[in-house]
Amino acid sequence: MVTKLKRQYGSGVREANTYLGQNYLVLEPSIAHEVLQVLREQEEFEYCVDLTAVHYPQREKQFDLVWILYSFAHNQRLRVKTMIADGEAFPTSVEIWPTTNWLEREVYDMFGIHFEGHPDLKRILLPDGWKGYPLRKDYGIIQQDQEWVRINLGIESGQ
Amino acid sequence: MTKDPYLSNLELGQPDKTFLDSNELIINMGPQHPATHGVLRVILKLDGEKVLGTECVIGYLHRGVEKIAENRTYTMFNPYVDRMDYVAAVSNGLGYCEAVEKLMNVQAPPRAQYIRVILTELNRIASHQLWLGTHALDIGAMTPLFYTFRDREEILKIFEKYCGARLTTHAFRIGGCQYETYEGFEQDVKNYVNFLPPKIDEYEELLTTNRIWVERTRNVGKISAADCKALGVTGPVLRASGVKWDIRKALPYAAYPEFDFEIPTGTNGDTYDRYMVRMAEMRQALRIIRQAVERIPEGPIMAKVPKVMKPPVGEVYHSIEAPKGELGYFIVSDGSTQPYRVRVRPPSFVNLQALDVMVRGQLVADVIAVIGTLDIVLGEVDR
Repeated sequence: MVTKLKRQYGSGVREANTYLGQNYLVLEPSIAHEVLQVLREQEEFEYCVDLTAVHYPQREKQFDLVWILYSFAHNQRLRVKTMIADGEAFPTSVEIWPTTNWLEREVYDMFGIHFEGHPDLKRILLPDGWKGYPLRKDYGIIQQDQEWVRINLGIESGQ
Repeated sequence: MTKDPYLSNLELGQPDKTFLDSNELIINMGPQHPATHGVLRVILKLDGEKVLGTECVIGYLHRGVEKIAENRTYTMFNPYVDRMDYVAAVSNGLGYCEAVEKLMNVQAPPRAQYIRVILTELNRIASHQLWLGTHALDIGAMTPLFYTFRDREEILKIFEKYCGARLTTHAFRIGGCQYETYEGFEQDVKNYVNFLPPKIDEYEELLTTNRIWVERTRNVGKISAADCKALGVTGPVLRASGVKWDIRKALPYAAYPEFDFEIPTGTNGDTYDRYMVRMAEMRQALRIIRQAVERIPEGPIMAKVPKVMKPPVGEVYHSIEAPKGELGYFIVSDGSTQPYRVRVRPPSFVNLQALDVMVRGQLVADVIAVIGTLDIVLGEVDR
């Protein structure tokens, strides 16, 4: 599979490796969406286990987007990773795996990453109108949207 | 009517206009509603009694567990995971400890693995008992609740004797178990394994052929195997749709490869099949416990782990078969004492997304049955 992908996308497949017995792929963001489609349709990764992100503020491309895929046919798990910059949007995978609907909403909620073409991209765990994205590294652990708390809860602080 | 962003999905124009033109109306269910098993708000679009669409509003119980993890050491974060799925705290702990162990390349000793399996399977039974009692109560059968809670109590007593806590057990540590089993643990577990099967028969007598139960659950909230896979639904819900997939068999962990057990499956993918699958799972769990307690090896219960844990730089994803489905932990280490990122893949959160598919076209009363059959715990949905 890896050789096939490498042949087709060349250096777009930046890394294909195994760590602690777990396979992962690192892709260029430009081809990542296409490869996800290929993985779903040709390699039978029909179950998207999870989608999440990791924030590295000191990097130029601040965010790692991580998909964890599973194939029932081959009983195999695969992690797909790509890097995107702050403010950059990434194409949605809702039409590939409907389960990513809420997962993308959560990533948006927590990291502020936009998914282009998502049918209903809005906050999921935090209230609408909340300011800031809590899982970014520059968001403090006791930080909160004081204004939202004042207006909506009628108290000075939630802490 | 004030503008509610959650109504946009239900494609309702002017509420007063549609109300006059047809029988369509919007009903808000929750967040404080006894049948939502916590604080879940569901907005229903109805045509008379028929459900045209739903929208879940979640997050009322959000505590920012993933953010907390980044500010605690690996050991300090361990008790927090118990607070996610608080009716299956042992499973949460097992998943987390195994994920960190994988990252550090440590293996818990065999005795610890066996203790882990016994407690996790007991917890699976406790979780299914709680589900059965509340699910039946939602549908209108009150008696099973008393029966299941009576029998669940015995499991909680074993937990309490083992580690001092009944719900948020914090039973395991990274590298093994903190506590050696107490005097008489094996006998208690053996007694329970013999005690429960007739009790499960009793639950089944109350429900399996009960006319009202069958009418309320058969062909209600059907979901196909293809839909399950597309929506990422796992656990008993997936198996009731006919997919024989269980992480304990597919990607084994802990001591599970050493035990004989079967994966119960259904065919219809309806609420009744999910009930049957969970009942069978309780019996299979007992089977695993019986084998584990008979063969439990002697030896240390803790592997050699440093006091200050600094896993090497890297990432790991580890998942286990929790009572509700695939519970996964994705941990990124930067080589320091605190995890750089911990992502929890919660089964309840992902399974809840299937609610809309399952209730469209059904009656409003069936929404209650479907929420029950999904077996969600809001503490885990919202984290």
